[in-house]
Amino acid sequence: MENFDPNKTPKKQVLSAQIDLSKFEKATEDEKRQQDVMSESTSFFKDGMRKLFKNPLAVLSIVILAAIILTIIIAPMIVPYGYEEILSVNGKRDKGAKNLAPFTYSKAEQKYIDEGGTRFPHIMGTDEQCRDYFIRVIYGTRISLVIGFFASIIVLIIGMIIGSISGYAGGRVDLILMRIVDIIYSLPDMLVIILLATVLNQVLVFKAGSALAALGSNMISMFIVFGLLYWVGMARLIRGQILSIKENEFVLAARSIGAKPGWIIRKHILPNCLSVIIVSTALQIPSAIFTESYLSFIGLGVNAPMPSLGSLANSARQGLQTYPYKLIFPALMICLIVLSLNLLGDGLRDAFDPKLKR
Amino acid sequence: MGRYIVKRILLAILTVFIICAITFFVMNAIPGGPFNREKALSEATIEALNQRYNLDKPVSEQFVLYMKNLLHGDFGVSLKNGRDISEIISESFPISAKLGLMAIAVALICGTVFGSFAALMRNKAPDRTIVFFSTLFTAVPSFVLATLLLLVFCIKLAWFPVWDPNNPNFLLPVLALSSYPMAYTTRLAKSSMLDALSQDYIRTAKAKGVAKWKVIFKHALRNSLLPIITYAGPQIAYIITGSMVIETIFTVGGIGSKFVSAISNRDYTMIMATTIFLATLMVVANLICDLLYKLVDPRIKFD
Repeated sequence: MENFDPNKTPKKQVLSAQIDLSKFEKATEDEKRQQDVMSESTSFFKDGMRKLFKNPLAVLSIVILAAIILTIIIAPMIVPYGYEEILSVNGKRDKGAKNLAPFTYSKAEQKYIDEGGTRFPHIMGTDEQCRDYFIRVIYGTRISLVIGFFASIIVLIIGMIIGSISGYAGGRVDLILMRIVDIIYSLPDMLVIILLATVLNQVLVFKAGSALAALGSNMISMFIVFGLLYWVGMARLIRGQILSIKENEFVLAARSIGAKPGWIIRKHILPNCLSVIIVSTALQIPSAIFTESYLSFIGLGVNAPMPSLGSLANSARQGLQTYPYKLIFPALMICLIVLSLNLLGDGLRDAFDPKLKR
Repeated sequence: MGRYIVKRILLAILTVFIICAITFFVMNAIPGGPFNREKALSEATIEALNQRYNLDKPVSEQFVLYMKNLLHGDFGVSLKNGRDISEIISESFPISAKLGLMAIAVALICGTVFGSFAALMRNKAPDRTIVFFSTLFTAVPSFVLATLLLLVFCIKLAWFPVWDPNNPNFLLPVLALSSYPMAYTTRLAKSSMLDALSQDYIRTAKAKGVAKWKVIFKHALRNSLLPIITYAGPQIAYIITGSMVIETIFTVGGIGSKFVSAISNRDYTMIMATTIFLATLMVVANLICDLLYKLVDPRIKFD
């Protein structure tokens, strides 16, 4: 029926159920559009994001985290002090700038201001070595966040590789890898971390001036420790996911057309367990920050003079009675970061993986 | 059941052995012997000392000797003050055990009560308050809380005395130590209570006209306790590591604070001994929790 014309319909036969098209009116474009009740097509990622932004707590924590990240990027550009810089006025060491309260100046600074000079205020005061405390807290936040982030990435990569191999290969490989995981899992992680950190601090010696030396042995040992111990949870999780996903028909289809295991894992299986990976990585960051601050607190954290939030809180214990704000600022920062990351992680879990909700 | 218990115990023994091996060999990797001091000792003295502590033997032989001594309860002597480590442990452990047991009891009991209460009062004011505080306290590091408690209640307000070994007041250390596990248990108890309350047998019990308190205590609470028992093992591990910091802050002379001071003093034999001791404790606690869990819930398969 090419070039269909309603007015030239073939002759009707008696008793035919054929309708007379000339009696009908054509639908206008507007009317056609009214019939369209299809919702906008959405991807997995978009849908998850939409749900995430509907969660007020998650949005609040994103805002707080964004504010913190912006501050730690911008503040060092504005504040004219360095984190290990001992304050000086007119090139002369300012010995009076010890343990200043927030927004106060030392005598020398006050004199300098009275004479017409400008001095950037010490927003959080100064510490016992005449260093600006605000910039130290800012750098401490930077370091804690960097440690949390990279530790989670390390955990993610190692856990993903071992988990996928174990889950996909199955058989003896799986058995051996999972026994190793079981044993590492049953080790008391914190004690092993303390032990390794103690020893690695002694063993790791870097050439002065190299990139590794700039990071400091303690930070490197912290990463090594995270890489050695914390991947097991991630590996177990991903193995479980892969075991269930690899039974699906699309994996069978891919295999039947000759796809290699590496390709199948990367292209077909991992994207399907993405939600689990995102959520558990997001929840790994606050726990890494917690561990870092704990280690710093018992003296195994980043090397001085580099500050981290934990080591700042630790050194604030001396003279706590007189200068309690020195504990309050870094402590508040830890709480804020961990709280918002926790809430964001919970939000991500609810948005991307409703099955995981407990 | 019997096979499972045997398997579980063997795994625990293997874990303890691995911990001992890791501790021993890792500590041996530290450069410099224990007698490298600023004031150099004479060659003869060092040789004599090495002979006395079996340090002249190959490492593997040293390990066997060390393990043998461990089995006899001999942890060696502290490098710092030359005291017998077993003596230090037996002196300081009881107070840590007391603190830890009180903290775990407070955390589990209060956490379960708060969590179940929040579940029963779902979306009402008490629920929101409890959820708010439990979320908040999972984000506060225990050392921050402990320092603040010490500052406010012991120093500024002076309601509680600073730690006195002869007349110890456990309230503040227990509070600081149990805050995180309590918050965690609360969240866990709430979700598992909600889960239990939505089960069919609860509806059946209600339909049969069973009294409300009986439904809650006999049917819902009992079933909601299982996940809490599962997580008791990790909680105990948390309490043990947490007590190191708390004891240091409150100057409680327990094994945790001894461990921290050993780390800062680089007292390697003491670090080794306390690591092995505490790790064994955690493994045993985990084992007991696991077996208890299987014992309480007959539905669990013994695979």
